Parts: sequence; C-alpha cells; structure tokens
Amino acid sequence: MATPLTLKELSKKEDLLTHGHRMCSGCGAPTVVKMVLLATEHPVIAANATGCLEVSTCISEYTAWKIPWIHTAFENAAATLSGVETMYRSLKKQGKIDKDVKFIAFGGDGGTYDIGFQSLSGAMERGHDMIYVCYDNGAYMNTGIQRSSATPLGADTTTCPAGSVIPGKLRARKNLTKIMAAHNIPYTAQASPSHWMDLMKKVQKAHSYEGPKFLNIIAPCNRGWRSKTNDSILLSRLAVNTCYWPLYEIENGVTKITSTPKEKLPIADFMKPQGRFKHIFDPGNEWLLTRIQEEVDAEWEKLKYAEKCGC
Amino acid sequence: MAKVVAVTGNEAVANALRQVNPDVCGIYPITPQTDMMQRYASFISDGKVDTEAVLVESEHSSMSACIGASAAGGRVVTATSSQGLALMWEMLHIAAGDRLPIIMPVVNRALSAPLNIHGDHSDAMGARDTGWIQIWSENGQEAYDNTIQAFRIGEHMDIRLPVMVCMDGFIISHSIERMEYLDDPEVKNFVGPFKNLYPLLDLDKPKSYGPLILTDLYHEYKRAQHEVMLKTKDVVLEVAKDFEKLSGRKYGLFESYRLEDADIALVILNSAAGTSKDVIDEFRGKGIKAGLLKPRLFRPFPYEEVAEALKNTKAVCVMDRSDSFGGYGPLFMEISSALYQLKQKPALINKIYGLGGRDYLPSHAEEVLQELHEIAQGGKLKIIKEYIGVRE
Ligand SMILES: Cc1ncc(C[n+]2csc(CCOP(=O)(O)OP(=O)(O)O)c2C)c(N)n1
Ligand code: SF4
Ligand SMILES: [Mg+2]
Repeated sequence: MATPLTLKELSKKEDLLTHGHRMCSGCGAPTVVKMVLLATEHPVIAANATGCLEVSTCISEYTAWKIPWIHTAFENAAATLSGVETMYRSLKKQGKIDKDVKFIAFGGDGGTYDIGFQSLSGAMERGHDMIYVCYDNGAYMNTGIQRSSATPLGADTTTCPAGSVIPGKLRARKNLTKIMAAHNIPYTAQASPSHWMDLMKKVQKAHSYEGPKFLNIIAPCNRGWRSKTNDSILLSRLAVNTCYWPLYEIENGVTKITSTPKEKLPIADFMKPQGRFKHIFDPGNEWLLTRIQEEVDAEWEKLKYAEKCGC
Repeated sequence: MAKVVAVTGNEAVANALRQVNPDVCGIYPITPQTDMMQRYASFISDGKVDTEAVLVESEHSSMSACIGASAAGGRVVTATSSQGLALMWEMLHIAAGDRLPIIMPVVNRALSAPLNIHGDHSDAMGARDTGWIQIWSENGQEAYDNTIQAFRIGEHMDIRLPVMVCMDGFIISHSIERMEYLDDPEVKNFVGPFKNLYPLLDLDKPKSYGPLILTDLYHEYKRAQHEVMLKTKDVVLEVAKDFEKLSGRKYGLFESYRLEDADIALVILNSAAGTSKDVIDEFRGKGIKAGLLKPRLFRPFPYEEVAEALKNTKAVCVMDRSDSFGGYGPLFMEISSALYQLKQKPALINKIYGLGGRDYLPSHAEEVLQELHEIAQGGKLKIIKEYIGVRE
C-alpha cells in the first residue's frame, strides 16, 4: 500500500537523502530527490550521473544516501542501473533473492538530454524496470553553468553568454519529455517541486508500472539562474503558471495535463527574478522576449491539443 | 574426462563462458568478437545457462551495465574488440577503480583510422594502464584455459579486479584448432560459486559506490590499486597450479621456449609465438642457441622474472604487434624496463610486425633471428626500432 500523500503521513517517513550533503543552500535538486524517495515504498537502489547532485552527496568517506547508491560516470546512469537491475532479475530468477526492489536513476539535464541521451534511450528501449528521473536545472551547473540542450531560449550561460552581439542562447529547448514518450514506455511525466502532491502522485504512478518510466522534474539552481537562494519553490511554481514547464503525463500513450494554471502568466514573470534573463529586458531585445513567449505559447497549445485528441 | 574437439577460438571461449555460467553478460557486436557472444546468446535462448543478457546499444553502455551488475553482486562477463574496447576506455578505469571482477575476452584487432578489422594488439595495449589484469593467449586452447582461470584470479578475495583475456583476431578467433575441453562439472568446481563483496543488493546494509574523492585520499586509493596488482602474480601462479592438476596443462607468468641456454631470443605475444617457435627449432638445428619468451601476464608485468629469464642472452628482439608512434612498441618498453635492472644486459632491438593483420611469416622470424645472431657474434646493432614485413 502506498503511503497516503498527506503531510502528516509523509512527515513520519525517513528522508533517504539525508542532511549533511553539500549542495548549495536553496538548491532545487535535493528537494526533488527527497520527494521522489518519499513517494517510493519498496526498497530502492539508485544510480546517479556525474553532476551537482552526485559530487555533493557522496564525498569520500561520507555519503548522504541511506539507500544503496551507485555513480560510475556522466553519460551512463541509465546503462549502469540497467546492469544493476539485470543482476537483480538474474538472481531473482535463480532464487537467490526474494525481495521486490525498485530502481531509480537520477541525472541532471546535461547527463540526460545530452551526453547520456543514448544510454537513456537504450535502457528505455530494452525495457528495464526503472524510473529515470531527470532533475532539470537547464545547464551544466556542476562545471559552472554551461549551455545544455535543456537551456531555455535566451538564457545567459558561460558558453552562450549574453554579449553585445549575441543575446544568450538562440535555440529553443529540446523537448525531451516528448522524446521519451515516443519510446512507447508506459509512463512519462513532467513535474515540479512546487506541486509536490502532483509530483509524488506521478512517482507512485510510475512505480505502479513495470518497465521503464521517465520523469522530467524542474529543479531551480540559484547559482545558474542567478536568483535568490530562497526562491526555488517560487520559481518552479512560476515555471508551471507561465506554462514554461507544464505539468502533464503521458500514460500508455495518452496525454493528460495534470494541473492547469488558473491564470496563465506571461513568461516574463518567470524570467524577471532570474539574472540569467536580465539582458532580455534591455532595450533592443524585445524581439527575443516576444519569441520566447511565442515558443512557450506554441508548446502549450500543442500540449492542449495532444490532450484533447487523446494522443 | 577431457573432450577433444576441433573448434575456433571464439567457439572455445564462448564454451568456457557457458561452463562458468555467469549471472549477467553484456553483448554488443564487433568483428572479430561478434561470433563469440552470438554463440553465447544461443546458449541463453536454448536455456543452457542462467545468464541474463543486457543487449546494450554500445560498448560504453555494455561496460557501464557490467559495472552496475557486478556492483549489484554477481558474476559478470562481456567481450569486445578494437573500437569497442576504445569506446569502453573511460569505463575500464571505473571497473578497476571500483574493484569489480568483470571478465572480458578481448579478440585483438587493429584500431581505426584507417578502418581495419584484422588482428593486431593496438586495442588491448591501449588499455594496459586501465587497472585491468591482462592475460594473453597464443591459441584457442590457451584462450579457453585462460578464460576459465581468469574468474579464479579476478574474483580472488585478495584481488577483486577485472580481467581481460586477449587472443588474436581471426588468426585464433576464427581458425579451427584441435583442443581439449574440460567437463562442465570440472569447470564449475574449479571456478566455484561467486563470492560477494559489498553488493548493492544487500539492501539491509546500503553501500555507496563511486564517491567523489578529493586530494586527501585519491593518491592513497591509487597506490592501493597498484599494491593489489602486485599481489596478483602469486594468485596467477597458484591458480595455474590448480589448473595444471585438473587439465595437465602448465601455465606460468610467461612461457619460456628453449630459453635456458639461449644466446639470442625473441619476445613475442600471442599467435605469432607459435610461428616463431618452429623457426627457433630450425636455428637450434643449425647449432644456433635461439629461444623465445612469450608473455602471458602482461598486467601486472613480471619484470624481475622476465629479467631473470633473459639475463644470460646476448641479444634479444622484442616483437610488437602494435605501435606507440614516435616511441618504441609497448612490449619493448616493458622488456627494456625489465632488463635495465640487470648488470649485464643483452643488446635489445624492437620490430613492429603484423599490424592490421599483415601476415607474420616464418621468413620474418628467420630474418630477425639471423640479425640477432649477428649482433650476438659481435656485429653492430644498426637500428633499434624497425618495421618488418613492410611493402616498400
Ligand atoms: C565524459 C565527461 N565529460 C564531461 C564531464 C564534466 N562534467 C561533469 S558534471 C558536468 C555537468 C553536469 O551537468 P548536468 O548533468 O546538467 O547536472 P548539474 O551539474 O547541472 O546538476 C560536466 C560537464 C564528465 N564528468 N565526463
Ligand atoms: S550550482 Fe545549482 S544545481 Fe549545483 S548545487 Fe548549487 S544550486 Fe544546486
Ligand atoms: Mg544541469
């Protein structure tokens, strides 16, 4: 029986990513991980791609993980975990292990959208029983805020810096959630820590399916977003309410928007509190703000259409 | 009771793996390895093994999955060649650094560019510093025997390191030879059950694998890796002794062929050693004291033992089937390091032969032995490193 998703019940559960890790204060990633693990019932084994979460939670000879955890490299959390899961299946088949175990991989957007894309696609196609969770902070944060294919249009990063000629990133984000759904896996969803109940429900739903599942979860990074350290939840909420980060799921091929903003806010509301978009509001860059709004609107319309037509 | 068979190297090694029956294997095609794991896939489909295969989308993922599987707790194998091994390079270090006894036959093949699918040793030589134990094999029988022994060596509780078993692409992997198989129960007994060490699947005692280590501990960690490698030689010999009792076939750190009283010697790896031995016999017939040393354990490298074996020679040629462009061949570098510690050293030359599967002929061995003979007679050492069998 899954734990009822009430604060009272959840507060009785142990944090499986414990205090003492060294992520920046106010970082969204550990909040995301804690929520995912709180919504997980069975014994669970996690794999982690190289990145902020990994380097800050297990520094020899300490670990913040109260569950079996493995990190091997940057591009292969899915492949590594597929090995762990395969050994589990082999030993279970041979009668050498009897417990039911769940498997979760955590990767940043760089380790998932970019360098780890192949190994993720391979693991999903092979059908391993795991949830792959991408905590998406929109850049290679661990190496100092470099552009990834998850970096939003217009953002200033250290490899697509907003300069006097080029105003930051000129490409829109890759829509990885859709790409993962196109693997015809049973469950794909997008979530945000601001909507914790929605997020945890999605984790529980994902666990209820055998086979590969993918969750894309926005995880604000105050260092890279140039935002206040206490704004993670606020910004992840604004991401949802501007429809920059719509909350939806694709369950057995059927798209469902799980939370529609009461009032769809302009994208500028999400961008203004973030220094990485400061230049967008400079005179002369109005066209870029318009383009960003158009991109967001177009994606949102496509999503609503997908829901409406049941695809 | 041993069974005499006529099989290819790939078939023999696939059969050794079947007899060991590992829990998980990674499979990805690359010539000339492909046919080995293809055969293994049939064993799985026909229910002859308990193994679960991960049919990965690349060799990088194959080694990653093998690492995950091994850390989870169980016996793990994969096999590869050439570009596949090159693609694994990052993960090879991680398998060794995590002390995971993964066993991997490597069917040696040249590296691109230009693309070439034939046998040379560039792939495994490029992986010599990854922390893997490397065992090299002259023929199918040795590849079969070494594969079986590799499990005992890598999984030894004092060692816990991954092992590569090398054999020459096509020349061995695809040639049919007469060889002897051990019985299934004999192999099972010899290898024994897998012993776990800190498995991830021990859910009651959670482990973290693959931490970040800073300047305070990394250096010590790497020294520990070197030290465990030094212990490996004894384990290799101990396992070889047990294997001899079982099979009657004797293995050491290297093979010495007519070396005891030799004035001149070849040092040569894998299949070309076989060709060379015939020519050594011819030279012996002519009254020239020629011998041969064929390394078996390349990592860790048995420097003292090799120096001891070569110390009475007058001239030695190290034959490399791979190159370090602008440097000497990798085997030459090891042998010259070994010999440097001797007070009286033989003259030492290096020939690069057989790249990309270029035939190594008895006439090549003859030329080299003739040159060594002249040097040993007081002739001048003209050139240290030279390509042989080259079309001009
Ligand atoms: C093969 C490889 N290339 C590059 C790196 C360097 N590197 C380590 S972490 C990292 C960035 C991680 O970005 P992301 O996955 O988005 O996670 P984040 O740090 O943002 O949480 C990079 C580029 C590496 N470790 N391995
Ligand atoms: S740099 Fe960003 S993602 Fe990394 S720990 Fe700090 S806030 Fe978190
Ligand atoms: Mg990132």
